[in-house]
Order: sequence, then C-alpha cells, then structure tokens
Amino acid sequence: MPPYRAATRHRQSRKSLASTAGALVILAVMLFPVYWMVNSSLQPGATSFTTSWLPVHLGLSGYRQALSTQGGHLVTSIVIALAATAIAIVVAAPAAYALAKFPGRSTRPVLMSTLITQMIPGIVIANSLYQTYNSLHLLNSIPGLVLADASLGIPFSILLMRSFMASIPGEIIEAARVDGANPLRIFLSVVVPVSRNGIITAALFSFLFAWSDFVFALTLTSANTVTPVTLGIYQFLGSDVKQWTPVMATAVLASIPAAALLVLAQRYIASGITGGAVK
Amino acid sequence: MTIGRLQDAKAGYPGRAPAAATRGGRSRRRLALRRDRLTYWAFLAPALLYLVAFFAYPVVRNVLISFQNYSITSLYTGAAPFAGLSNYRAIFDSGLFGGIVVTTAIFTVCSMAGQFVIGLGLAVFFSRRFPLNGVIRALLLLPWLLPMVASTTVWRWLLDQDSGALNRTLGALHVTAGTTPWLASPHLALVSVILVNIWVGIPFNMVILYGGLKEIPEELYEAAALDGTGPVSRFRYITWPLLRPVTGVVVVLGFVYTVKVIDIILVLTGGGPANGSLTLAVQSYKLSFENFAFGQGAAMSNVLIVIALIFAVIYLRINKQAFQSS
Repeated sequence: MPPYRAATRHRQSRKSLASTAGALVILAVMLFPVYWMVNSSLQPGATSFTTSWLPVHLGLSGYRQALSTQGGHLVTSIVIALAATAIAIVVAAPAAYALAKFPGRSTRPVLMSTLITQMIPGIVIANSLYQTYNSLHLLNSIPGLVLADASLGIPFSILLMRSFMASIPGEIIEAARVDGANPLRIFLSVVVPVSRNGIITAALFSFLFAWSDFVFALTLTSANTVTPVTLGIYQFLGSDVKQWTPVMATAVLASIPAAALLVLAQRYIASGITGGAVK
Repeated sequence: MTIGRLQDAKAGYPGRAPAAATRGGRSRRRLALRRDRLTYWAFLAPALLYLVAFFAYPVVRNVLISFQNYSITSLYTGAAPFAGLSNYRAIFDSGLFGGIVVTTAIFTVCSMAGQFVIGLGLAVFFSRRFPLNGVIRALLLLPWLLPMVASTTVWRWLLDQDSGALNRTLGALHVTAGTTPWLASPHLALVSVILVNIWVGIPFNMVILYGGLKEIPEELYEAAALDGTGPVSRFRYITWPLLRPVTGVVVVLGFVYTVKVIDIILVLTGGGPANGSLTLAVQSYKLSFENFAFGQGAAMSNVLIVIALIFAVIYLRINKQAFQSS
C-alpha cells in the first residue's frame, strides 16, 4: 500500500474516532436526566444536597418503598397496556389489510381521516369522553381506560401495518384464494404471518402509547379507584416532595418497558417512528 | 393448489362455447369484485366504528357541550341547558385568554424551533460514518420513548430551586448564585417548560430528518465536493432543498404534538406560577377537571382543535403526493 494512502486512511480513522467521541458527549448530555433518575433511585435518603454523582452508597430501600406504594399501580398499568395493545391490533390489522389490498373509492378518505385523528388533542377527547363514560358507568374502571388507551394506538397501527401489508405480493393471496380459503382464513394464515414485523412494530408502539398514557388516566379516574403508574407518580408530586429516592425508583420502574423495548426491538422502533409518521 | 388448478381447468373446458365462457367469466369476475368489496368493508368495519366512537363522536359532542351549561350537577341529572355563546364569552372575557394564547404561541414556536434545529444538527452529525453510530443513535431515542410523566418528574427535581442538581452545579461552579428559581418564577417557568419539551422532542426530529438525509443521493455531494463546494454551500444548495418534503412533515407533526402537550406542563409547573406557563391545552383541562366547568373547558379545547386542524390541512396537502404515488 502506498504510504500516502495509509496516511489518509489513518487521518480518516482519527476523524471518525473524534466523531464517536463527539457522539458520546452528545449522548451523555441527552441522557443525563435518565442517568440521574437511575443514580438517585439507588441512593437511600436522596433528599437534596446528599445525592452524590455516583451511586457509591448503594441501597434498594427506594425500590422497596416504590414497590410497596406503587406496586399495585404497576400491575394496573401492565394489565391496561396489554389489553389495550391486544384490542388495538385486533381492530387495526384487518383494517390495514383491507386498505392495503382491496383499495376502493373510500380508501383515500379513510386514510385521511385516520391521519387527522392523530392530530386531535387528547384533552378534547377526554373532555367529552368523561360525559359519555359517566352515563355508561365506565369512569373509574379498567375496561374504560383500556378502551380509551387502545384508541391511542389504532390510527398509528392502521397506517403502519398498511404500508407493511401493501408490499405483500398479490400472488400468495390469490393462490390461497384459488385453494378455496375464505377471506378470514387467508388473513389469519397468510397475511398475518407474512406481515409479522409490521404487526410487532405496531404492537410495541400501541403498548408504549397505552403505558405512557397520562391524560386519560388523569381525567377518566378519580378517588384512587384505578391508578396506572403514570398517575401514581403524578400523585407523588402533589405535595412538596421531601424524599426523592422512592419517586425516582418509581420513575425507573415506569421506564423499564420503554428501555427494554429499545434494547430488544431496536430495529422495529426505528422503522415505527419513520413509518407511522411519514407514510 | 392442485384442486384450485383443476377447478380452473374445468371452468375453461374446451368443449364449451367460447361466448358462454366469456359471459361466465365476466359474471364470475363481477362476483369476485363484489366479494372483494364485502371483504373490504367487513375488515374495515371494526376500525371505522372505533374511530367514530373515540374520535368523531367525541369531537362533535365536545362542540355541543361548548354550547351548554354543563356543570357537575349535569353529570347526575343528565340535564345541561342550552347556553348559547356564554361559554365562549366567559373564556374570552376572563382576562386570561390573551395571555394564554401568547404563552401557547411562545411555547409552541420556541419548542419547535429548538427541537428542529438541534434535531437537524444531530441528523447531519450522525449521517457521517463512524464507529458506534447506530448504537448511539438508538440510545438517543430514549427521552422520546420514556413515559413523559416519568422523565418530566426527574426534570422537576433537577430544576428545583433548593435541591435541584442544576442549581447545585451552577452554584458550585460559581456561574450563578445557585438559587435560580427555574420553576418558581413566572417567566423562567415558561423557559424551563420549553427546554424540557425540546429535550423530549429532539429524538423524534432527529430520526425523521436522518431518514430524509439518507434519501439524498450520495453522488450529489461527491459532485459538489469535486467542484470545490464548501460544507455550508453544500448544505444550502443540496441538503436543505432536497430535505424540504421531510421538513414539512416534521414541522407540521411537531406543531400538532406540541400544541396539545399537557403532561410536561402539569408535572413541572401546573401552569403556574401566576399562570406563567398556562397554555390552551392545560387551561382546558383545568376548566373541565378542576373547576368542573365542562362547557368552558369544551369551548377552550375547541379553540385548540381549530388551530390543530388548520395545521392538519396543511399536513394533508404535503402528504397528498405521497398518497397519490402509493
């Protein structure tokens, strides 16, 4: 290899290492609040100036306190988010298939309305849903929150899965039809397996939307009847906070699903953000 | 598969008269078409019902409520007398409205500008090749994925006047006295709320803009580099114009997401102090669920929805092309 080329390559690799260093600094700045949350959740008695920058005096009492007061709220959140995800996918997947593979005159208006629903502020829905739920006796109930939270994931899931299902080759659907399979059978045993990735992505996001929901939890429940963990944290903050360790421990526990999904399903998440928003 | 082929072969049996075969074919095609329409609507129906029940109906109902005197007793009796425009008059004449609109505008514009500029900067930065690029980019999504209530709670402590890490650090470094009232002064509270909202929104902007940057053909940059074009001109004459469609989407979605923010403001400041960080969305919540003046809350949120829908129309105009091509 000629020496000058080696020098260029050397300079390039130095430059790209500098970029990596720069990227790590950006990451450190952006994730500092997350670090602080984890760090202080591990330090018992984190009140004010006592919290150190590193968790040197490790202690799990914050988590013990968090679980004893917020454990039930976490379970509530898990139940609600799982049920809302199931409903969102069961409702959205067939619709996405219809819009992708049987387009007609109504397809465009339906897609446009689906896009518009994502732009309606949650407080508008909550304000009138409160009256409706009041007469249907769905206030302060888990089914009520499940149904409301599912609506957060449905429009997004329809748009996302539609773009996945549009790329299914028409021949395999036709082949199944020629074999005499009915539409439901074709959907369940051909379309669903083929669009697995799209469905997983939609489910992940529907879960995150429902898990992170705050507006519906805040407005459609009262008097500590049904309390998802987001509302639990908010209630912590009601009075002047003296003990931050358990609050931070609860915040960490509430963040686990998002962090786990990021680690386990990173490629789905990146495709979800771009796919659902732009298409 | 084989059975299907056999049936097809039987249908097109050569002994049949050709005219009858085509007529049979046409009616079969019509039957298939009708079957497809039926499948379409059957598969679409649950989602349409859901969208009507949880979006269309609530929006319409909210308009009706805004013309009614809907109070806490209405919840029990079900009776809410027609109130004409009195709810709208009440919110416009409350003396708060002008301030709320200005706060909402400042909050929205500053948040979007900050998210966009930083998000674009990061997208450009990460479009270079370097080790760990993908991993770091993925980890940067975390602020956007975490439940907003959880991450904002941390910020509430970080920004706390007496016990927050920010004042503690600034004080220790002798940058300030370490007693800045980040959340306790009306003006600074708005600044803090904007900063936290920018932090939440950066990843979303970065991901979408990064995707847009990747679509720009590499050759354009190579050609420009051969012509001796500097990085600033390259950005101005290649990146910026070719990024326009994606930029439009980011700006409109950013607007719609920002204007309806409630969690961040409620957790950090509750809209205070002295209404310093009170936006249309937060005030609409407060009117309905703290004052139980549902009619006024509905009126306030209708103002919000009109603003959001104006932007929705712009968004659809931008996306129209995408629809027509697909």
